[in-house]
Formats: sequence, C-alpha cells, structure tokens
Amino acid sequence: MANKNKPFKASWSYDPAPESTDHIQLQKKYDLYIDGKFIKPESGKYFDTINPANDEIIAEIAIAEKEDVDKAVKAAKSAFKNWSKIEPKERGKYIYRIARLIQERAREFAVIESLDGGKPIRESRDIDIPLAANHFFYYAGWTDKLEFAFPNRKPKPLGVAGQIIPWNFPLLMAAWKLAPALATGNTVVLKPAETTPLTALKLAEIIRDSGLPKGVVNIITGAGKTGAEIVNHPDIDKISFTGSTAVGKYIQKAVAGTNKKITLELGGKSANIIFEDAAIDQAVEGIIDAIFFNQGHVCCAGSRLFIQESVANTVIQKLKDRMETLMVGDPMDKNTDIGAINSKRQLKTIENYIKIGLNEGGEIFQTDCILPEKGNWCKPTLFLNLSQSHTIVQEEIFGPVLAIQTFRTIEEVIEKANNTPYGLAAGVWTQNGSKIFHMTQKLKAGVIWANTFNKFDATSPFGGYKESGFGREGGLHGLKPYVKFE
Amino acid sequence: MNRLDIQKTYKLYIGGKFPRTESGRYYAVNNSKGKLIANMCLGSRKDFRNAVVVARKVQESWADISALNKGQILYRIAEMLEGRKEQFIEELVLQGATKKAAENEVEVSIDRLVYYAGWSDKYQQFFSTVNPVSSSHFNFTNLEATGIVSIIAPENQSLIGLVSVIASTIVGGNTVIVLASENLPLSAISFAEVLNSSDVPGGVVNILTGKREELISHMASHMDVNAIIYCGNDENEMKSINELASNNVKRTIFYKKNDWLNSSNESPYFIEKTQEAKTTWHPVKV
Repeated sequence: MANKNKPFKASWSYDPAPESTDHIQLQKKYDLYIDGKFIKPESGKYFDTINPANDEIIAEIAIAEKEDVDKAVKAAKSAFKNWSKIEPKERGKYIYRIARLIQERAREFAVIESLDGGKPIRESRDIDIPLAANHFFYYAGWTDKLEFAFPNRKPKPLGVAGQIIPWNFPLLMAAWKLAPALATGNTVVLKPAETTPLTALKLAEIIRDSGLPKGVVNIITGAGKTGAEIVNHPDIDKISFTGSTAVGKYIQKAVAGTNKKITLELGGKSANIIFEDAAIDQAVEGIIDAIFFNQGHVCCAGSRLFIQESVANTVIQKLKDRMETLMVGDPMDKNTDIGAINSKRQLKTIENYIKIGLNEGGEIFQTDCILPEKGNWCKPTLFLNLSQSHTIVQEEIFGPVLAIQTFRTIEEVIEKANNTPYGLAAGVWTQNGSKIFHMTQKLKAGVIWANTFNKFDATSPFGGYKESGFGREGGLHGLKPYVKFE
Repeated sequence: MNRLDIQKTYKLYIGGKFPRTESGRYYAVNNSKGKLIANMCLGSRKDFRNAVVVARKVQESWADISALNKGQILYRIAEMLEGRKEQFIEELVLQGATKKAAENEVEVSIDRLVYYAGWSDKYQQFFSTVNPVSSSHFNFTNLEATGIVSIIAPENQSLIGLVSVIASTIVGGNTVIVLASENLPLSAISFAEVLNSSDVPGGVVNILTGKREELISHMASHMDVNAIIYCGNDENEMKSINELASNNVKRTIFYKKNDWLNSSNESPYFIEKTQEAKTTWHPVKV
C-alpha cells in the first residue's frame, strides 16, 4: 500500500537467503556441566528453551538448584588447587585450544545462537562468534605475562568465580567472562540466561573436548533463583554479573559483609549525539547501528538520540527512510537486519514502554514492515516530541525503540546527555576534531564512540560509570577484576 | 606575669570556609589524663550534604586543571605543611604521641604529598592503553576521576592516614568529603588550614569532624556520591557501607589494616582506586 508520507518505502524485495541448519548437532535434552561431565540435576527438573522466531521448543534444559550449585562450586574449588598452580604457559595453551575449537565450529555456533536467541544470522556469524573466539585468543596470551600487566605487584587469582550472563550476546558474554578468569588462574561456575542457554552448553562440549582439567569450568543452567544460589554460595570468591541494574544492586547488597569481589556490567541509556557539522548520511547509518543492532537488546544501545536543531528535520527524514529499508523477520535469513525479540516477556516490556511513550504524549513512528505471524516481533520504532522527563527517555527499554530529542548548544547537549544515573556508552557525530575530543572528555561514560557506534573488540575495555556498573571487560583492564595482590 | 595562651577553635572545613556545624553540637576531646584538649564540632548529616553540594560544584573544574598544575598544587600543600611542621608535631603530642613518633608522622606526611604530587602527570601514562583493535579504528583507554568520594579517615595515624587517602584521591581529579579521626581530630582541621593556603580550590577537600556511627550511613548512601573509601576494620561498618552503597552502585574501597607510615602504602594503584577507565573509538579510514 503506497503511502505519500513515507516516500522511501522500500518497493524492492529480496529472495529469501536462508542459512542451512542441517549441519548443527543439538540434543533434545541438556544436563548440567559439572566437574568435566554432563550430569542430571538433583531435582530432575527441566525447562524448555524456545525459538523466539517461531515459538517452537528447541530443547529441554536442566534446572540447577541449591545442591547442583553446591556440586559445581565444590568441583571448581577443588580444581582451583591445581589450575592456579600449573605452568602459566600451559594454562595459556588450554585457552588457545578453546579459541581454535570455537573457530572450527563457528558456523554451527552461529546457527544455534540465532535459533535460540532470535538475532540475525548475519550478526551471530560476523560478530558474536568470531568475537567470542577472539576473546579466548587474546586472554590466552596473557597467562604468562601477567606481571607486565601489573608492574610492581604480584597478581594472584581470586579462587572460584561465579559468572552470571545475559541473553543478548550469549556466547560472547560467556567468552568475556571465562577468558580473563581462566587466564588469571581462577576456576569458574558460569550460568547462562534461561532463554539462551544453548551456545553455553555447546561451549561446555568444546571445553570438555579441549582437555581442560575437570572442574575448572562448570556450566549450570536455570533462572534467577539459580543465579541467587551462586551469588550467595559461601565458597564463591568472585561474582561477575552482566544484566540489569536492579539485579546488579541486589548482588552488591547481597555480597555485603562477605569477602566476595564483584564486577557489574549493568544497564544503560546511552546518548548518541548528532551535530550539524556531522557527515549526515554516515551519522544516519550510525543511528541505525546504535539502536537497531541486535533488536536493541544491547546494554550500550544508543537509545537516546540528540540531534542539533538545525539538522533535525533532515536527519529525522533520512532516518525514517532508512528504517523503512530494514528487513525485519526470520533470523536465519541472511538478508535480515532485525530478528526476533528474545522472549515473550521482553516483548511485553517493550510494548509496555511504547504504550507509556504514547500515553505521555510522544509522537511515534514505526516502519511499514509486515511481521511474521508466529514468534516475538517489534517494528523498528522511534519517538519524537520528547523531553528529559519522559519515561522512555529515562529508562532502559532494551528493544528497537529510539527516543529522539533536539538541542541547540554544545553545553546543553552535554548537560542532557550526562543527566542520567547510567554511564555505559555514548556516541558523537561531527567532522570537527576539537569538538570530538571536547565531547569525548565531557561525556560521563565508559565507552565513547566517535563517528561510529556499537563496536567491540577483545583488546578494548568495556564497562560503565555510575549505575552502569564497575570493573572492565576486555583488554588489559579486563584482567584486573580477576586478580588480587599480595 | 604569665601570659594566657590563645586556644584554637576547631571548626569544619566546607567549600573553602571554616563554618561551625549547622547543628550547633560539639564533642569534647580529652588527653590521656582526662584534661580537655578541644571542643570539636559534632558534624551532622546536613553538614555532610552541604559538603556534597560544593564538592559536586567544583569537581569538574578541579578535574580539568592540568595534570602539571594539580601536581604543583599538591607540592604546594607539602610546602605549607613543612612550614607548619612544629604545630602538627605539637598537636600529635598533645593527643598522646611521643615526640619522636609525631615528628616521623609529620615528615612522612610531607613526603607523601610530594610523592603524589609527582604522580599527577604520570599515573595516566602508567594506566592508559592504546588498544590494537581488529577493525580500522583508533582506540584508546584512559582514566577519569570517579567524581565525588566520601572518605572515612583512619581512626589512628590521624595525620598520615588522612594525608595519604586525600592526596591519592584528589590528585586524580576527584573531590572529597572526609570524616576525620573521631578521637584524634586535631591534625585534620589544622590540615584544612594548610589546604586553604595552598591553592587548592575551595570545595575540593571538605573535612568534617564528628561521630563515625552517626555519619557513616549518610556517607555511604548519598545518591550524588560516586565512591566511598573506608579506613578501618569494623566488619559491621563495612557490611553496612556495602549495603547502602548498592543504592547507586557506589564504588567501595576498604583499607583494613594499612600501616600508612610504611612506604608500601604509597603507589599509583591507590590513585587508580577512584578512577574510571574510559575507552574511545574513532574510525581511521578516510
């Protein structure tokens, strides 16, 4: 149906380009990976992991309860004695092996990641899986060089690390957590998110195949309750958590009075700032990457867009046009830009925020795309007519919903961008070099993307200011959360 | 005829001024023989909150002062302290230290200031990295001040402990609100006078005297404070600080048994405790 208000509506179509799925190996049922083998949960309870693109059950996953968590922690504690003492060079070689094994099975991992989590195969294939392998490669090389990372100190491992990861980058987050922990000589109990456990369990197979000593890595599944058991287990020395700020605060409170060290990678509401002297077409691409990458399920998503008033109309029109070309649908199709929303629950959260945005007087724009009948989907969405006090400007939505405001002066936009309890990331678009450095210095956030957005690398530290958490993952700075000094 | 001494009135130090506590309360500090040494201000929650307001106001401009200049300001503090050495020794002796110990503590304190003055334009080079990312971007990580830091100074080693935590925190661009040693508070307020004559902008260092049990919870829970440093080893206090700090994901730093006189307790790693790593990306392709 033609619509004169949407002159750029994509009139062309693509032939489907589905990624084949016949080469992957999946079991019907997955147990807990503890002490080097897959074992049944004590309770005998399992839950379903569902393909968010078609609501089909992919596999049954074990629920770890208190006894299972205890077993995993015991295994990790016992493995720590040897793992922390083996020759650092040898420790590195195990981690290199894991990196290689991921690369060898990269295609399989990419397919499973998209099946289980709903993200476009293009993203899991080109970003999630290669980056995960790179993280193991990067940290493998640190094992025998740690004294160069901390001159004048003697770094020692902490012990058993409990690691709890989110559903937005399942394998990548597992890699971010495991690689530095192992490189520094810790042992691990890792819990993937309940909606996306599969690639972590496939990683457990790789870890088993790598010959890593049993108990060094234990991977157990379950929901928040399992996570709480890990957090509160007395033999855990370190908690590393990526997820919501609310849960992060709960964890910080829960470990009070213990000797557990913590690292928190929490929520965000990152500003993406477009100045009038930006390369506008590139900036529009940047806005798309910032908010629609991974369906907006990105803690550092550029979910608050600030456009300088003089170019606002141009940018918004170009942005709407570009949004109309986004392919929303089957994650397994290589043409797809925006896949399925990760879960029914998350879809409800996003839809609720869209309702709030409308109720508070926001002006909505959604693209004309046709959504599949089954599964969880959300059209690319933006809101105009907003101010700092709007709920959808303040709170993290974790979906493909962009909140747009305009600004006149550089001081005004710095003030607005920093006026949030979060401080994870920010983006700046301008062709003026001094302005870039002025902005990157003034923005209170742990990651600043100038004339780019949502870029990640194993060598690049990631983490937030303020209520976006503390500690860094990636790069040299990512070693520190896993060591103590004599 | 004997001349009657002029006794010193000890007040709070907030925003570069020396106000009495808004609460009007005081507590007596006695020497070991029970003789009154001074009436100290019993600082209140309101005093603390006032201090946070000024600390926030000046934090960014303090952080923006060049590293070279911050180093010179810290060095200036050392110069001022050196000039008033005798007074600090006397106060420590008055509070029960031996002459020899007092002399040592003051001298180490002066040297500690010089030590951190020197780090001012160096720690950034030590902790920053250029990260060789795989894509065509220039990427680097450097440190920035965490922001506003509450400091509960050590109960003992009331001068060198205080100087060590203040110097290592402000040299990185943070502003601080310090609760002085409850029982040995004299040096803290005299140190405020040194700060006030040392080109340290008002509000960068704010010093309160008062009761730990009354103020700690406010110092740990205030939503506009970014980090809290606690010197001491009371497990209950540390637990309560961690619980309250979670309200705004405050960074908590505990120095449990540090012997601040020992040179092992000076290092750039103390500066790093109240720093945030910021990573910046920019494309390199034209």
